[in-house]
Amino acid sequence: MKMNGAQMVCEALILEGVKTVFGYPGGAIMNVYDEIYKQDGFEHILNRHEQASVHSADGYARATGKVGVAMVTSGPGFTNAVTGLATAYMDSIPLVVISGQVPLFLIGTDGFQEIDAVGISRPCTKHNYLVRDLADLPKVMKEAFYIARSGRPGPVLIDIPKDITAEFGEFEYPKDVDIPTYKPSCKGNDRQIKKAVEAILEAKKPLLYIGGGVVLSEASYLLREIVEMGQIPAVESLMARGVLGAKNPMLLGMLGMHGNYSSNMAMSETDLVISFGARFDDRVTGKLSEFAKYAKIIHVDIDPANIGKLVDVDYPIVGDIKIVLEKMKPLLEKKIDPSRYADWREVLNRYNNLHPQSFKDSDEVIKPQWAIERLGHLVGEDAIITSDVGQHQMWAAQHYPFDRPRQWINSGGLGTMGFGFPAALGAKKGCPEKIVINITGDGSILMNMQELVTASEYKIPVINVILNNHFLGMVRQWQTFFYEERYSSTDLSYQPNYKAVAEACGGIGYDVTTKEEFDEAIKDAIKQDRVAFINVAVARFENVLPMVPSGGALYNMMLKDKE
Amino acid sequence: MQNIRRVISVIVMNESSVLARVTALFAGRGYNIDSLTVAPIPNSKMSHITVVTKGNKKVIEQIIKQLNKLVPTLKVTEHEEMVEKEMVLIKFPVKESLSDISALCRAYNGSIVNVGVDMVIAMASDEPVRIKHFLEASTRFNPIEIVRGGVVAIER
Repeated sequence: MKMNGAQMVCEALILEGVKTVFGYPGGAIMNVYDEIYKQDGFEHILNRHEQASVHSADGYARATGKVGVAMVTSGPGFTNAVTGLATAYMDSIPLVVISGQVPLFLIGTDGFQEIDAVGISRPCTKHNYLVRDLADLPKVMKEAFYIARSGRPGPVLIDIPKDITAEFGEFEYPKDVDIPTYKPSCKGNDRQIKKAVEAILEAKKPLLYIGGGVVLSEASYLLREIVEMGQIPAVESLMARGVLGAKNPMLLGMLGMHGNYSSNMAMSETDLVISFGARFDDRVTGKLSEFAKYAKIIHVDIDPANIGKLVDVDYPIVGDIKIVLEKMKPLLEKKIDPSRYADWREVLNRYNNLHPQSFKDSDEVIKPQWAIERLGHLVGEDAIITSDVGQHQMWAAQHYPFDRPRQWINSGGLGTMGFGFPAALGAKKGCPEKIVINITGDGSILMNMQELVTASEYKIPVINVILNNHFLGMVRQWQTFFYEERYSSTDLSYQPNYKAVAEACGGIGYDVTTKEEFDEAIKDAIKQDRVAFINVAVARFENVLPMVPSGGALYNMMLKDKE
Repeated sequence: MQNIRRVISVIVMNESSVLARVTALFAGRGYNIDSLTVAPIPNSKMSHITVVTKGNKKVIEQIIKQLNKLVPTLKVTEHEEMVEKEMVLIKFPVKESLSDISALCRAYNGSIVNVGVDMVIAMASDEPVRIKHFLEASTRFNPIEIVRGGVVAIER
């Protein structure tokens, strides 16, 4: 069929099953927007900033497991999208981002709104394309979706010059993808899997270390089965919250810089780390030479470059976690004896009783941890929780009772403030039947607050719970601990009227200072069909604990505030 | 861990910006490039990139894995048993003895390739370590300009 490049883009999106595109038009992408106007195969959501468009597509992808799609124009439209690309790249989220580019004949001339998009995005995309020939466009679209979701997922950018979207050509969408240079290995080496299983059977103190890859691979149910079968203690990374479910008796908690005591002690004393889809990030390992010092390490990951990057691995397995677990399960089923690890579980139990994840509640002021636990009590598994970055993010990860994978959406790798609200919009578009709540802070919410307008226009009723301590809390915490309380540029005493801002943009606002008001506000906001800001005044100087000081060993946790 | 020198061959799709992907990877992750050559492979859609790099075992392993991860990368070879050659062009003032220069070049698989009014151009092609020796030996003829070609290698 003959059509122009812009129509080809829309046709390809429809053929890929895309239902929602987040974006922002501009000069170089106008041809495509003209075709978007004419079609009804997918909905376009106009965010109020390109960064938010990419975060929304990202939130959509994380909540649904599908490829998220965003569209931006050239130059500043694209550069605004870069933070979104980098955020998705660090957390291996499948996105296809389409950017307009100046016409081919202007490329390289410093044209109006020209920027080298493929050059800038090279280190923060899985792959990227500059389409130089209309004949390549259908193939590029097909490849982009395939690359984004296969292997280790990630964002793919397609940069399309304006004359290409105007040009007419024959459209035939390829059925299959054949990229001779791109063949991710998924199966896992059978011999290695067998050896790893033997190591598990021989271990005395095994510990499952679960990462976000388990979520991406949709393998949580298998891991739950194996944990149940072997009664093997487990810890989750920040990205894996929800994989085992908060009620799972084998789950010790989150490990790392703000991990709980028993998780970090387990990692320090285990004799076998069984890692699935985790990448031994510095925020997880602490001092590398002390990390899992007494353990052999099994590392299952789809990305060979993750294996052995930071920690030497004894049993490397390259493969899709779901496939590897399917192979491991029957091998374990016959032989595993849960009683073998009983002493180990007992040790960890004692650690947990010694220092459980806890906080000191107050009758005078709302403690942020209380707010999160209360939220968990009020909405629990019905909600999808997104978050921004900082103290509130860590408290949410520590205290919210996550029950299933894809329930917890946050920027773990890049740590992008301003991620939570637009990601919540994407999650709500993807899962309209769920309550979607962004747990945020008074620092983060100001980045991408313009999305109030988007939420109101498209009636996307997400709830933002602002844990407001009038500080950039996490930086303030470090200043308290490591910079002798010199609060350089972290005091946010000068505040907007959050309630009024929400209402000015068509939403609803609540000011909350007591526990009763908190309950009322949450219950009321859920009933609304409007976007909400719940501004919760919380204890100003609360710290996220436990804390492993940067570069310290995991077992050296600060458990309490200095008196 | 000790730094080791490695010669790595990368076979990539011969498409625009593929070399930028490779060099950006080295720059972005803080790896060294000692030498880099690239040319299309005859009768194919591929190009052959030869990189000489230094790093400890862990770094070299990461370089290989990261190169493999690039979508247009077909194959990465970490050379062990290889034939390795480098080419160099040198310009000397013509007042130096042409026969002496010629003799030196011959010792390093080279020759005089051009003689002008006031300068003479010579070439040599040999193993990188012998090219180093050649350059040291050539200093006595007061070279004006030296252009090294970078290493190419082929596995035995």
